[in-house]
Amino acid sequence: MDYIIEMLNIRKEFPGIIANDDITLQIKKTEIHALLGENGAGKSTLMSVLFGLYKPESGTIKLRGKEISITDPKKASNLGIGMVHQHFKLVEDFTVLENITLGAETVKNGFLKMDQAKKKVMDLSNRYKLYIDPDAKVSSITVGMQQRVEILKMLYRDNEILIFDEPTAVLTPQEIDELMNIMKELSKEGKSLIFITHKLEEIKKVADRVTVLRRGKGIGTYNVKDVTKEFLSEMMVGRKVQFTVDKKDIPPKETIFEVKNLSMKTKGTTRNALNNISFKVRKNEIVCIAGIDGNGQSELVYALTGLKHFDEGHILVNGEDWTKKSIRYRNSHGMSHIPEDRHKYGLVLEYSMAYNLILQSYFTERFQKNSFLKRKNIIPYADSLISKFDIRSGQGAQTVARSMSGGNQQKVILAREIDKNPSIMIAVQPARGLDVGATEFIHKQLVAQRDAGKGVLLISLELEEVMNLSDRILVIYEGELVGELDPKKVTIQELGLYMAGAKRDEVKA
Amino acid sequence: MNNQNPINQYFNRLSRKKGTASLLSSLTAIGIGLVIGLIILLITNPEEAIAGFFTMLSGGFNDGTRSFGNVFYIATPIIMTGLAVGFAFKTGLFNIGASGQFIVGAYVAVLIGVKLPMLGGFQWVVGIIGAMIAGAIWGAIPGLLKAFLNVHEVIASIMMNYIGMFMVNYLIKQTVLNVYTNRSLPVAATANIPKMGLTTIFPGSSINGGLLIAILFVILMYIILEKTTFGYELKACGHNRFAAKYAGINETRSIVLSMAIAGMLAGVGGALFYLSGAGVYIEVVDVLAAQGFTGISVSLLGMSNPIGILFSGIFIAWLQIGGFYMQRYSFVPEFIQIITAIIIYCSAASLLIRNYLELKQLKKDEKLSNVINSDTADIVNSKNEGGKN
Repeated sequence: MDYIIEMLNIRKEFPGIIANDDITLQIKKTEIHALLGENGAGKSTLMSVLFGLYKPESGTIKLRGKEISITDPKKASNLGIGMVHQHFKLVEDFTVLENITLGAETVKNGFLKMDQAKKKVMDLSNRYKLYIDPDAKVSSITVGMQQRVEILKMLYRDNEILIFDEPTAVLTPQEIDELMNIMKELSKEGKSLIFITHKLEEIKKVADRVTVLRRGKGIGTYNVKDVTKEFLSEMMVGRKVQFTVDKKDIPPKETIFEVKNLSMKTKGTTRNALNNISFKVRKNEIVCIAGIDGNGQSELVYALTGLKHFDEGHILVNGEDWTKKSIRYRNSHGMSHIPEDRHKYGLVLEYSMAYNLILQSYFTERFQKNSFLKRKNIIPYADSLISKFDIRSGQGAQTVARSMSGGNQQKVILAREIDKNPSIMIAVQPARGLDVGATEFIHKQLVAQRDAGKGVLLISLELEEVMNLSDRILVIYEGELVGELDPKKVTIQELGLYMAGAKRDEVKA
Repeated sequence: MNNQNPINQYFNRLSRKKGTASLLSSLTAIGIGLVIGLIILLITNPEEAIAGFFTMLSGGFNDGTRSFGNVFYIATPIIMTGLAVGFAFKTGLFNIGASGQFIVGAYVAVLIGVKLPMLGGFQWVVGIIGAMIAGAIWGAIPGLLKAFLNVHEVIASIMMNYIGMFMVNYLIKQTVLNVYTNRSLPVAATANIPKMGLTTIFPGSSINGGLLIAILFVILMYIILEKTTFGYELKACGHNRFAAKYAGINETRSIVLSMAIAGMLAGVGGALFYLSGAGVYIEVVDVLAAQGFTGISVSLLGMSNPIGILFSGIFIAWLQIGGFYMQRYSFVPEFIQIITAIIIYCSAASLLIRNYLELKQLKKDEKLSNVINSDTADIVNSKNEGGKN
């Protein structure tokens, strides 16, 4: 079998780290080849080498058996290598057609000839069943269609090797199925696909072969049908991983947190960002708010934590009305908040880890006297949390937060928020961007909080996280709660229908 | 890691330390600034360039204790305005209004100095306190506008510079005008800041106790920023106002207080300069006080750190004194402003380089996926964003 593209013994070093250590990746013609690995395993570096963004220290790249050197992305594109980025690269104010042709316009005497381009795009669209509306503005189309636009961009440039960088992260389950079909269609039509992911389900569903990377090393290449999910995950992480968190059956006790008829208006529009939201969280319970990104989750969290004012409704904690309480009151009277964006809200990146650990308690007697900070209490306190939560860093408590890894930064926030001993913990996408090991740790901690009699409100876009952790699922769609589901009874497919707004029930608090 | 060389390792560790990195980048900037300055001197007047250049570098050494003491006399007000800019900057605010705050403080100090001789030995103290209050008010106004009406502090504080200047000109005419010289009247002898023994060390110079007061404020600001919960709050707001809000810190209060303190510092600078007993008077002219803008340079060169500002203030004063003696050759003292400007440009550039290096360090550990984002859409998008602003 001949390979369309081969990356042989690629080695790429950065100061202090070997990102790619002798990795070999061989893609057969018309196959779907998955590239599996945790964050930091070297997937992106390897693809950057293929794309001409990095020059490897050693190793060769062969295209159809012929050795080539790729010096810059433009050359990669000319050689027929295209990529769908995780975060789409589209001009919002342009139409679909303009976006597809951007950079490869058909021109006659300096004027655009869009008719020809449109014909080619529509042909491609029909041939690969990539439905699009060529004249719609990108800002007004769905995420799924934006992705199809990205795929068409590659096809329009007659690319033969298509790289998909974590393409399913932003999609609903239905859209994921659709994408899988498109990918199969593309390979049937003669394209070769590289599919970067860390989701094993998707590999099993669509890929022919898979290459596993771990910490910069190539672990191996396998035929997907010959290996199990468990095997792949062990290869990826280097040890056995628990997929589901052990959760004891504990009946929830009394209500600890209650939201009544909460609404928030959006400035300048008639549509509410949040509409009449009511729910309860009880002791020993993880309630999860599931939904596609941008359906009001952020606004809901801002409203609950006091970061944004809302127009109507009430919030009760342990029966006390918190609607008008300050952020500091909430922080210090039993509400913990793991924010969605840990760099924007969770940490002062310029501050040391110790200073970040006291971000909400620096004013307490323990850490200040006559408004002078008590370093002799702050540092031991930080040290104790560091050892309790196994936070790793270069210089201990004095480490500047910016220089820490994402997983350890998240541990700092988690340590701070758990140590407050809250009644209600609001965790927003707590495992976002973290690798399997760190995710496992965070999930265990959240379950431990629940077992300890706290109420946990989890806001998540990751369906697996939703299904694994929650005791109850609330689905949010366009600022409204549209379904209350039992994770033991509902299927992912059904959950997807709720998330996409195709199905809805009346939700009562 | 292949960096086995122990010397390399040492320098790596050294350059990772924030303080050292700041100092190194400031020193590099000064070096480059001086070299470019020399080149300009060579272009404008090749015969006298070298002599002029060394006169400038000699600064306080040009005229024995007199010029040496005068370095500190010149440094005193610009250390204060430097603190005014730097303190605000540490809390995320760009205070361009030090000039206005300086002159308003100066006026109140002079007013008290002229009108209230009955205060006797306390007159200069009251003068400084009056200047503190006036400067604080002048600084608080842009702070209030920012906090409550979201008016950008740069715009507001620039406007306050002009309002302050014209208002002080008007008020001097109304209250303390010397009609023969068209400037403020001399203050009473008791209004001048005592020499505190400094003239015995530097005889013949205009040095006075103001220097010690400025150093006192440097230490005070250092303690506030580094040791207190108040400084913790202010800096948290400055670094990341979202995280500060998340932590329950009252951002509005922080902005107003920070600007008020900044204004107060510049106001004290005005008092220290015009109560120095060195025969300076507020001129009734439509020119903004230069010390306010020199303060921006001082602060930038001192990396907004109070201790750094103390030294950069002395350094710039040193050059200014040197520039004064450069007039022996056919150079104008304004030349020093060119050199200072170049040094500031270079320190801004070295800051960029430092940030870039830090970022590179960080990028290594993080996901590299964003690096692959160099295609046309990005360029067009960034252009669009630029167009909207």
